[in-house]
Amino acid sequence: MSDKTEKTASRLPVFKTYKLYIGGKFPRSESGRVYEVTDSKGNWLANVPLSSRKDARDAVVAARKAFGPWSGATAYNRGQILYRVAEMLEGRREQFVREVADAEGLSRAKAAAQVDAAIDRWVWYAGWTDKIAQVVGGGNPVAGPFFNLSTPEPTGVVAVLAPQESSFLGLVSVIAPVIATGNTAVVVTSEKAPLPALSLSEVLATSDLPGGVVNILSGRTAEIAAPLAAHQDVNAIDLTGADEELARELEIAAADNLKRVLRPQPVDYFATPGTERLTAFLETKTVWHPTGALGASGSSY
Amino acid sequence: MPTTAPAALADVTASNSTLRRFLHGLPGVDAVGLEARAASLGTRSIKTTAKAYALDLAISMVDLTTLEGADTPGKVRALGAKAVRPDPTDRTTPAVAAVCVYPDMVAAAKQAVAGSDVKVASVATAFPAGRAPLSVKLADVREAVAAGADEIDMVIDRGAFLAGDYLKVYEEIAAVKEACGTKARLKVIFETGELSTYDNIRRASWLAMLAGADFIKTSTGKVAVNATPANTLLMLEAVRDFRAQTGVQVGVKPAGGIRTAKDAIKYLVLVNETVGEDWLDNRWFRFGASSLLNDLLMQRQKLATGRYSGPDYVTVD
Amino acid sequence: MAFEYAPAPESRAIVDIAPSYGLFIDGEFTEAADGKVFKTISPSTEEVLSEVAQAKEEDVDRAVRAARKAFGTWSALPGSERAKYLFRIARIIQERSRELAVLETLDNGKPIRETRDVDLPLVAAHFFYYAGWADKLEHAGFGPDPKPLGVAGQVIPWNFPLLMLAWKIAPALATGNTVVLKPAETTPLSALFFADICRQAGLPKGVVNILPGYGDAGAALVAHPDVDKVAFTGSTAVGKEIARTVAGTRKKLTLELGGKGANIVFDDAPIDQAVEGIVGGIFFNQGQVCCAGSRLLVQESVHDELLDALKRRISTLRLGDPLDKNTDIGAINSAEQLARITALADQGEAEGAERWSPACELPSSGYWFAPTLFTNVTQAHTIAREEIFGPVLSVLTFRTPEEAVAKANNTPYGLSAGIWTEKGSRMLAVANRLRAGVIWSNTFNKFDPTSPFGGYKESGFGREGGRHGLEAYLDVR
Repeated sequence: MSDKTEKTASRLPVFKTYKLYIGGKFPRSESGRVYEVTDSKGNWLANVPLSSRKDARDAVVAARKAFGPWSGATAYNRGQILYRVAEMLEGRREQFVREVADAEGLSRAKAAAQVDAAIDRWVWYAGWTDKIAQVVGGGNPVAGPFFNLSTPEPTGVVAVLAPQESSFLGLVSVIAPVIATGNTAVVVTSEKAPLPALSLSEVLATSDLPGGVVNILSGRTAEIAAPLAAHQDVNAIDLTGADEELARELEIAAADNLKRVLRPQPVDYFATPGTERLTAFLETKTVWHPTGALGASGSSY
Repeated sequence: MPTTAPAALADVTASNSTLRRFLHGLPGVDAVGLEARAASLGTRSIKTTAKAYALDLAISMVDLTTLEGADTPGKVRALGAKAVRPDPTDRTTPAVAAVCVYPDMVAAAKQAVAGSDVKVASVATAFPAGRAPLSVKLADVREAVAAGADEIDMVIDRGAFLAGDYLKVYEEIAAVKEACGTKARLKVIFETGELSTYDNIRRASWLAMLAGADFIKTSTGKVAVNATPANTLLMLEAVRDFRAQTGVQVGVKPAGGIRTAKDAIKYLVLVNETVGEDWLDNRWFRFGASSLLNDLLMQRQKLATGRYSGPDYVTVD
Repeated sequence: MAFEYAPAPESRAIVDIAPSYGLFIDGEFTEAADGKVFKTISPSTEEVLSEVAQAKEEDVDRAVRAARKAFGTWSALPGSERAKYLFRIARIIQERSRELAVLETLDNGKPIRETRDVDLPLVAAHFFYYAGWADKLEHAGFGPDPKPLGVAGQVIPWNFPLLMLAWKIAPALATGNTVVLKPAETTPLSALFFADICRQAGLPKGVVNILPGYGDAGAALVAHPDVDKVAFTGSTAVGKEIARTVAGTRKKLTLELGGKGANIVFDDAPIDQAVEGIVGGIFFNQGQVCCAGSRLLVQESVHDELLDALKRRISTLRLGDPLDKNTDIGAINSAEQLARITALADQGEAEGAERWSPACELPSSGYWFAPTLFTNVTQAHTIAREEIFGPVLSVLTFRTPEEAVAKANNTPYGLSAGIWTEKGSRMLAVANRLRAGVIWSNTFNKFDPTSPFGGYKESGFGREGGRHGLEAYLDVR
């Protein structure tokens, strides 16, 4: 695969079989299909699973199953796990630099900058898990004897169409905010550059992230996205990786169960994100409870 | 120990702990919701014929009260005269339900209302504090009954209640009930302002009813917070539920702080919509008040004549 | 003799309804392009109240152009100036609140007690609240210089005509947007009176445009290419259609749709207050409320006791002339809605649920439905799944908190829920697990301009009210 390994001519390198990541396991596509992935110059890199609608269905089931425990975990715990992802990535930095360089046709230095930014992005979102509720929630001063509190809660299962171009920094930038807030994700990788995403699943699997919180599918974006957009047990969809026409079709399909939709928009993935991707997949729950008085001094007419 | 509790609930009063368990097992009261319901009933609009009916009903439910250190037989006689004929200018005005006096004024009051249907009620049991030995309290009651009181308004031992000694409160009420004999009806005053919480008021209501109260009454009129729409509504709910469970009907008497006809009508709406017409009778609902009567009379005159009345057109007693 | 309340009607004389009304476009009342009109009637008497111009696509275009023209200057005004317009509007609404309450009662059929004590105070409060935001947007947490979106197309329902208008217009104007609003075809009048209030307040022309009309006018508004923001309150079916219409456009969308709220009563509930909350939860506004507590989930151990108390309480509800100050239950808004309620209730009966209503005489003219309660209902019954939008309560039972939560969440909707228990930890645990946007605990149907309102799942998305409500009208990217 990469130059370095092939130069060691005395030994035949071991290729990795890239697989999907569903429910914490690494299955092949149930369809048995694969497609060829090449580097930017057209050299073969790997055969990766060409996911089917049934793989998408399985991923949704896994994501739904993981949603209760993950959304119920403490925000502190989620922050620790996201930080752990950054730690694990740091250790495998070189691998990702190689994969990103191959995938996006970047120099080593430019690929390294992408990977470093991606690692830092996990750290950034790790810190958000236990702060977002204080920033977007809070008490409301209603005009009556009631305690009234608004709290953000995760929307549920989010289908994420990862950006087509930014195969790793962009990928991390769309996954991390979704799971930081307690959602679970079914991620459709960049169609032509899925390898960094499929490798990320190995990192996620060793970062204490419970199985099913992130599920990763490679294949034809349009083919996998259609059943996800129409799936009645998917609560939201991030259309980042869809082109204009596909995005419109998917948004129409998403209306069937009123999924929350994040439309594609130009993003500079190197810039520090705002909170938009966090809040896009948060619901606000407002709880009222009477406060009343200490004693029965009572209203009088 | 006297056992006055209805058969269905007899085992409840076996000991302080069974009594405590029962009272604390009653449904809780949400203060905001209770007050909101009372306030919402207060927005009922009572006009024309309904108002005329309500004013006469309210007048007939007044326990015309004087409970002053300066009370004299003369004052009580004047009060009695007013009770029998509240509006000398209009013979169609109903008499009030009762005059309410201290025990030593019972005889004077009896004389003043003689020949009418107006009852004489006497506060007793070391009113208003209730801080006296049981023997003194019982003597207080017996004297009043002997002097001809038709009704006894006793105060409960709030100290014992707040200390959790429910059985003591229960036994005291039961003993007073016994002292009332078959002739005098017993009203039990909680002093809701001192019980402080709505949960306590609901418990006190059940405790008094278990012990044989004929009426439950909010307060003495001698503390800062007396009758309120909310605590009266709560007590109406208690008598309603008690009758549903035991078949025994108990009356309710808000006392203190009800000064205007408008207020009184709102209380009648509470009665009407909570317990219904079975309680819309002075046998089952009373107002403990003194200045209320004149406002009722002025409103009655207004309704009859179409012009607003003034204080010079009602009597000051 | 019984305590019969004599009639206590609020005077109609306070409101002067003109025989006809135009569309309100660019600060002027004007006829529809094709001259079409429709009648609006009083649902309690079927009397025609007025004839109202009926907007069509061409009128929508005219209104959007007026709003676009006004957007430049309106959005460029200092926030403090926009605030003062909104404060003026709030004050004028307070001044004219009795008139508007009577008007709303006439056009909608809901009791004067509600329009007077709930709708109108909330309308004024909503404008007052958002007025204060207009010059503080940089502190709202949406960036240092949040921008308005442009022209907001807003479509509102008939159940709280003026209140829904306030929920839509107040935040839109505070954030610097201009508005084209379509009121429901059965309740156009209060929005047209609001147009007059805008004139009294001196609001610049074109900032608020009101287009009475039917669904086709709403669809045209939503689809108009020069609309930047769409806000809709109404049925889930129409909400989905709107979501499809705006797909692939730049239009920002917020939807406040249907619900099938669960009101959960535990055995340790404050029973008397729970009964009040259940009654208010389903009979407030004749149950024509998206967040109504239309499914009562009762812990089996208190089922009989609660049902007795509930039936006793329902029997005291006073149904009749909505203008009578003592009326609790008014008229159903339209013949169409009445037919829908009737059909669903009949289906409940056909599916084997046990139907109960108090002895209750219905007026001979107008649209009326007696308060109705169904027992022996299960999750499989249509009346436990579909939004009835009427005074019909379905009673189900549960045994454990776990089961209560599972049943409460077992719906595509997620707007509201109620919890009745005296145990704080149970309340918090259940509230935490319910998938609904508004949870009322030991209370129900409380609203406040500072409190965000909106649903999970198919009850829509976006929040109205509070700081959260600003987001729908700002470019937050």
